[in-house]
Amino acid sequence: MKPLNRLQIAWRAAQDIGDGMVVNLGMGMPVAVADYLRPGADVFIHSENGVIGVGPLAAPEHADTDLVDAGSRRITLRRGAAIIDSSWSFAVIRGGHIDVAILGAFEVAANGDLANWDMRLPGKGPLIGGAMDLASCACAVWVIMDHVTRAGGPRLLETCTLPLTAVGCVRRVYTDLAVVDITPAGMLVREMIEGMDEAELRARTGAALTFAPDCRPLTPPPLELPVAERR
Amino acid sequence: MPIDKRFGSAPEALADIADGATVFISGFGGAGFPNGLIRALRDRAARDLTLVVNSATHRYSLTHELIEAGLVRKVVCTAARGQGREPSAFERQWMAGTIELECMPQGTFAERIRAGGAGIAAFYTPVGVGTEPAQGKEVRRFGKREYVLEQAITGDLALVRADTADRYGNLSFRYAQMNFGPVMATAAACVVAEVRAVLDEPIPHERVQLPGLYVDRIVAVGA
Repeated sequence: MKPLNRLQIAWRAAQDIGDGMVVNLGMGMPVAVADYLRPGADVFIHSENGVIGVGPLAAPEHADTDLVDAGSRRITLRRGAAIIDSSWSFAVIRGGHIDVAILGAFEVAANGDLANWDMRLPGKGPLIGGAMDLASCACAVWVIMDHVTRAGGPRLLETCTLPLTAVGCVRRVYTDLAVVDITPAGMLVREMIEGMDEAELRARTGAALTFAPDCRPLTPPPLELPVAERR
Repeated sequence: MPIDKRFGSAPEALADIADGATVFISGFGGAGFPNGLIRALRDRAARDLTLVVNSATHRYSLTHELIEAGLVRKVVCTAARGQGREPSAFERQWMAGTIELECMPQGTFAERIRAGGAGIAAFYTPVGVGTEPAQGKEVRRFGKREYVLEQAITGDLALVRADTADRYGNLSFRYAQMNFGPVMATAAACVVAEVRAVLDEPIPHERVQLPGLYVDRIVAVGA
């Protein structure tokens, strides 16, 4: 049994992005989704700072301090890109023009509640940013995260313990162990990694799980992490 | 008299800023920080400032210099977490209770400023319903959804970074430099823009991203 690394989780989420979609990718794990879009999927990536059509990261020699995404990464623009100001960018989000927001999370609850903005770190201030707007107003919210915490505790829960980002917003969760849909009846497992069984996945999950009748193995391609991240 | 909004330097453009001012500062994601004006405001040393700024601390912004100098009474922002494990200057003062914090969703922040500049007193947004930042605020149902009542923000001064200006105060921005600049300029009584260059000829109308009627003072600071 081999859990997915963060690039493989991003790859799996990317397989569900349809041709022509407008997508927002959160900071951290989600931005890697852009690297694994299906061939032929023509996608516009929106960033909260007003860039519509984020391209690959800029080569160091072409990096421009004014051409950045919401995570301060120096980027390029794709063909057909546009740049708008912040109030318009958030009107795009609230107005329902983002097909999918893919966000990182600390916790997701069985009713789709999302907690991803405040870990209550002592001595550190809050960081809300655009997370609440995206979680509340994107047409679909998908989450990418590790299935359990570093201490081994569950992140998929009956009820979130951390402050909420938005209520009942998450539709699908991609983890290093499984793909789980949030349905009106709770969490439905669509895929899980080879070697994992239902009892084992339940033991690592803090909410009731139902397994889809056609639950499939989650089999990513081999994708190597950068050397510095390998354990 | 022909209109000419050019000032010779950042200190001259901020010479009349008073204690207690509410100050918007543009910039987000590493672009559009008016760092020349921020430093001049620190040197001006007006006290008890309320900063309305996306990030209380950002590694490419000099906002922290105003905070370290003890000039700031309150920060209104969307992100108050400093880089790294050690508390930032803002976090130290916030924990000590010497600086007040109002932190909110970024779209709510932008829209409250937009409302302030557009003559709208308050509005209902779906963002934040059921979360801590919305606690105590009026919630009202329209159709199938609940919305939180949010009020407009206005201010005394906006510091904005743009790429080019003309003597009329028209501004043009590079790439993602725009971010909060235009909307902040609509909501402040006095708007000071720092730009890479002031052009001799007017900016062609189709390239004007913020019309000069919003901008009071222009300072060229270079790249």
